[in-house]
Amino acid sequence: YRPHGLRQSFTYRPHGLRQSFTYRPHGLRQSFTYRPHGLRQIQTKSKKTLAKPGVKNIVLVEGVRTPFLLSGTTYADLMPHDLARAALQGLLHKTSLPKDAVDYIIYGTVIQEVKTSNVAREASLGAGFSDKIPSHTVTMACISSNVAMTTGVGLITAGQCDTIVAGGVEFMSDVPIRHSRKMRKTMLALNRAKTLGQRLSLIGSIRMAHLTPELPAVAEFSTAETMGHSADRLAAAFGVTRLEQDEFALRSHTLAKQAQDAGLLSDVISFKVPGRDTVAKDNGIRPSSMEQLAKLKPAFIKPHGTVTAANSSFLTDGASAVLIMSEEKALAMGYKPKAYLRDFVFVSQDPKDQLLLGPAYGTPKVLARAGLTMDDIDVFEFHEAFAGQIMANLKALDSDWFAQTYMGRKVKVGAPAMEKFNLWGGSLSLGHPFGATGCRLVTTVAHRLLKEGGQYGLVAACAAGGQGHAMVIEAYPQ
Amino acid sequence: MFSYISCRTFSVAPAMSARTHVNYEVKEDVAVIRMNDPTSKVNTLSVQMQNEMIEVFNEVLANDAVQSAVLISSKPGCFIAGADINMIQACNTSEEVTKLSQEGQKMFARIENSPKPIVAAINGPCLGGGLEFAIACQYRVATKSKKTVLGTPEVMLGLLPGAGGTQRLPKMVGIPGAFDMMLTGRNIRADKAKKMGLVHQLVDPLGPGLKSPEERTIEYLEEVAIQCAKGIVNKKISLTKEKGMMQKVQDYVMGIEFVRQQIYKTVTAKVMKMSKGLYPAPLKIIESVKAGLEQGPDSGYLAEAQNFGKLAMTSESNALIGLYHGQVACKKNRFGVPERPVKNLAILGAGLMGAGIAQVTVDKGIHTVLKDTTVEGLSRGQQQVYKGLNDKTKKKTITSFERDFTLASLTGQLDYSGFEKADMVIEAVFEDLNIKHRVIKEVEAVIPPHCIFATNTSALPIKDIAAASIRPEKVIGMHYFSPVDKMQLLEIITTDKTSKDTTASAVAVGLKQGKVIIVVGDGPGFYTTRCLAPMLAEAVRLLQEGVDPKKLDALTTGFGFPVGAATLADEVGIDVAAHVAEDLGKAFGSRFGGGNVEVLKTMVEKGFKGRKSGKGCYVYTPGLKSKDVNPDIEDVLGKYKLTPNPLVSSDSDVQYRLVSRFVNEAVMCLQEGILNGPVEGDIGAVFGLGFPPCLGGPFRFVDTFGANKLVEKMKRYEEVYGNHFTPCQLLLDHAKDSSKRFHK
Repeated sequence: YRPHGLRQSFTYRPHGLRQSFTYRPHGLRQSFTYRPHGLRQIQTKSKKTLAKPGVKNIVLVEGVRTPFLLSGTTYADLMPHDLARAALQGLLHKTSLPKDAVDYIIYGTVIQEVKTSNVAREASLGAGFSDKIPSHTVTMACISSNVAMTTGVGLITAGQCDTIVAGGVEFMSDVPIRHSRKMRKTMLALNRAKTLGQRLSLIGSIRMAHLTPELPAVAEFSTAETMGHSADRLAAAFGVTRLEQDEFALRSHTLAKQAQDAGLLSDVISFKVPGRDTVAKDNGIRPSSMEQLAKLKPAFIKPHGTVTAANSSFLTDGASAVLIMSEEKALAMGYKPKAYLRDFVFVSQDPKDQLLLGPAYGTPKVLARAGLTMDDIDVFEFHEAFAGQIMANLKALDSDWFAQTYMGRKVKVGAPAMEKFNLWGGSLSLGHPFGATGCRLVTTVAHRLLKEGGQYGLVAACAAGGQGHAMVIEAYPQ
Repeated sequence: MFSYISCRTFSVAPAMSARTHVNYEVKEDVAVIRMNDPTSKVNTLSVQMQNEMIEVFNEVLANDAVQSAVLISSKPGCFIAGADINMIQACNTSEEVTKLSQEGQKMFARIENSPKPIVAAINGPCLGGGLEFAIACQYRVATKSKKTVLGTPEVMLGLLPGAGGTQRLPKMVGIPGAFDMMLTGRNIRADKAKKMGLVHQLVDPLGPGLKSPEERTIEYLEEVAIQCAKGIVNKKISLTKEKGMMQKVQDYVMGIEFVRQQIYKTVTAKVMKMSKGLYPAPLKIIESVKAGLEQGPDSGYLAEAQNFGKLAMTSESNALIGLYHGQVACKKNRFGVPERPVKNLAILGAGLMGAGIAQVTVDKGIHTVLKDTTVEGLSRGQQQVYKGLNDKTKKKTITSFERDFTLASLTGQLDYSGFEKADMVIEAVFEDLNIKHRVIKEVEAVIPPHCIFATNTSALPIKDIAAASIRPEKVIGMHYFSPVDKMQLLEIITTDKTSKDTTASAVAVGLKQGKVIIVVGDGPGFYTTRCLAPMLAEAVRLLQEGVDPKKLDALTTGFGFPVGAATLADEVGIDVAAHVAEDLGKAFGSRFGGGNVEVLKTMVEKGFKGRKSGKGCYVYTPGLKSKDVNPDIEDVLGKYKLTPNPLVSSDSDVQYRLVSRFVNEAVMCLQEGILNGPVEGDIGAVFGLGFPPCLGGPFRFVDTFGANKLVEKMKRYEEVYGNHFTPCQLLLDHAKDSSKRFHK
């Protein structure tokens, strides 16, 4: 299983590279005056609400996340379930939810710590939830926590549950590094060996080469291509230039910084890390300058590639959690829901040449399902795996030829308006803990709808394996 | 590679005429030169192409706004596939060909010395003259597409790279690498080419974007090449590569004359061992390389041009070029497009043959069912298919995922379930008419009406097998050769009743499987087995006459057969050989006599069935490459001992006794209409039976050797052995009239 971002782990150090950028928090603002407020023009929605008769309304009550930190920083000595615990406790704290009021807990994760393979269970027990609440872990690359949430939606719709906690966690500061297959085979045989002679002969069969460790694969299993390499090819296929990518990366960092400074990232909880300080902020946001970004060499396709460390998302530790309920239950318990979770789709395509086009395929599909148009959407939150990947998806959405040739559509749906798009930063700047990003996207849409006064929001994300996800979120009437 | 000066057929076009093959546009200060032969699927260095190229090159040099150039093909799948062979064939003397070569050398020397750097942007095949063109450029960028291959296949046409290739390659990839490329003629993939230093930079093929992947990939290649061209001009890219430690050591070693002499010696010895001295081209390649390295470029280029001229006039080159054309012809479906494409193929019998057929089918997008009667047989067959694919994975030609994905199209089963969806059934069960009849009846009960029934047999007449069919128009023979994944030939046999669409469909499947196909008429042994049988009968007689198997092998390989006659019998299987000899003996009577069939039968009784049983003419020890003569066959042969007649038992006579029977039978197949023409006859003999490629096949051999000379020899043998050596009428006709030739 090959999440993106892993490519960076063993080949080069994104953080190290970042440090060479001039960190200029002020000064760059003028060039990015995307004014989220005030721009909103009143438009006629094609639909007043997406509620359907006979279908339960499902609401997002609250969403939280730990600060997203560059891997190898303050969280370095934790374990994945510690991060998940922090998110769960944050959720409990924020919602004052009784610890036995939850029906089911679902977590998404990508790189599994083998000791806690059902990290949902270990985290919920450790977070003090009742041991009577069942929990399971799901995985679908970068959309793992989206799957956790939609699984919860399914359980509520099916009448199985009313209250679900979903979340995601990723811990890249420590990943399972294994002995080689040959070494493992010898060690397992050693377990079964009965006599000293058998043991000695097995030990004697060990060669130096067997001691080479096996790192988590840095490539897509089916194609053996790293994700950054695929992103670079994707950018080239859509004619995305290096300049466009650097501009988008800078935009992401600048907007994230603005949002952080303005206190908009209210889903972030502060977390007292055992043995370390309390962290309360994401630490990967570093607005730089175009000149600095231009200095970087391509990271994957050399020498003519366009994807660099700075216009890719970086390896991140972090966890997120959301409380999802049926509307009636939420109201009965006295909660004021933040948003409705509406239609969603999962899509998948060719893992070689269309690895990261999930949003391009998912967006038109989910809009059609909800009966909405691009114009109906007030808030877009797309997962930013790579600046080049985002630009490619935007170009694909804006191309009639692509829509006709690859999606079987008559016309394009169009690209999202940039003044509605990822206005509080994105995975490029906030960080991308694979399993946790989905909940961040959904919570951010809910918060932005509240803040900006919009009605519909759209989440879209790509994932390894050539898969993708999109979901429509409706503001809860205030 | 050549210019119009030497071409007699080309009338000089008016200077202002529009160019059709080569064009260029200037992007900023880079001239993008685009090649596209509108008359063909591939670009070749034809006269027209060269003339326009020279014109464009002159314009580019004269244009002050241009600092550098990019050379690229606008065809999505082809850079330059090579020089135009017809130009060489149009020449009558070696001097003319030498002249062609020198013109090419001159043009590429101009490219090499161009003051404005030229970047070759390669996507698709870059072969022969195309490669020589590319390596004359200052810089090469290639796509990593599977279609992109670089190579010098001239040796396979009995020629050498005659436009500077023998001189530039050793400098570029080192002496051993250059010899390897030029002597084997093999295709080199882009990533390997990069490692060897043949190309400087690689470009990944792109997937879907705002244009078709093919179109966008070429555009991207062009963009990268333009960047490189600019980079060279503004000195960001250095053309002198920093040499690694290994490279320095290698260069030092190659700088020692003694070492180089050793290399020439070793390579020559290897070539002699493999070619038995029957192929002049490899030796001339070594000679040309040596001349350049030891006596300087002037001697080198001269040697190359002169040797090129000499080679073009050899019968070997003529034969190999004939085979090349024949192969191209046999890769076409002369029966048209079948009404419905075969999407589901079922194979009966998971033996060596059945599994082999599955192996070459399953990765071509055809769903393949492999059916056997026992779990053991089926497992063995499935394992064979798996191993074939897994070996490709180990060689990294496919990924493990591609292997698994391909295997998902293979279904192994013991019953006839799903046969109602089959578009074609190929049976590869035991060679016994009764079994074949039973199978055909069973199958016809479960397959849909449009389904074709193909039978894989090496000797049983198809009409006899079809006798049990209720729909004989759908019955056809598909004779594969073992091992199926290695042998290129497929012999398709039609009966009077086989419909044209059935034939078209069988050919289409064969072509998909990557086969070279001959379509022949029905009859005992069809074409290939029928030619081989008398030769094997003669081989058995020679063994009876006391010729040692090793000697027999040496004489046959010495004549140019890739496998000796005794080894061939072991490979085919002594039991199969006995079976065929008996069947064909019955069908054709005493003419197919010679060796005593009892020899083979006795060997089978003793368990000497050939390689598969570990013993035949030789003893095969697993893991050992060398083999010894089976000591126990002495007894068998002793029992059937014949006294050789010294008049017809010289080494040369032994060779001609074997070959003449083969050739006579081939000619008789043409005479009887089994064969469609001499081209298919030559292709079938060379690709299916290993007839010496340097002779170009039995028909070209008759043309070259002279029918009269061959008939003369046969008459001499006829006096001793009777009708085994009676020349057929068509051969006699050719002997009488020397103007009659099989190949024009």
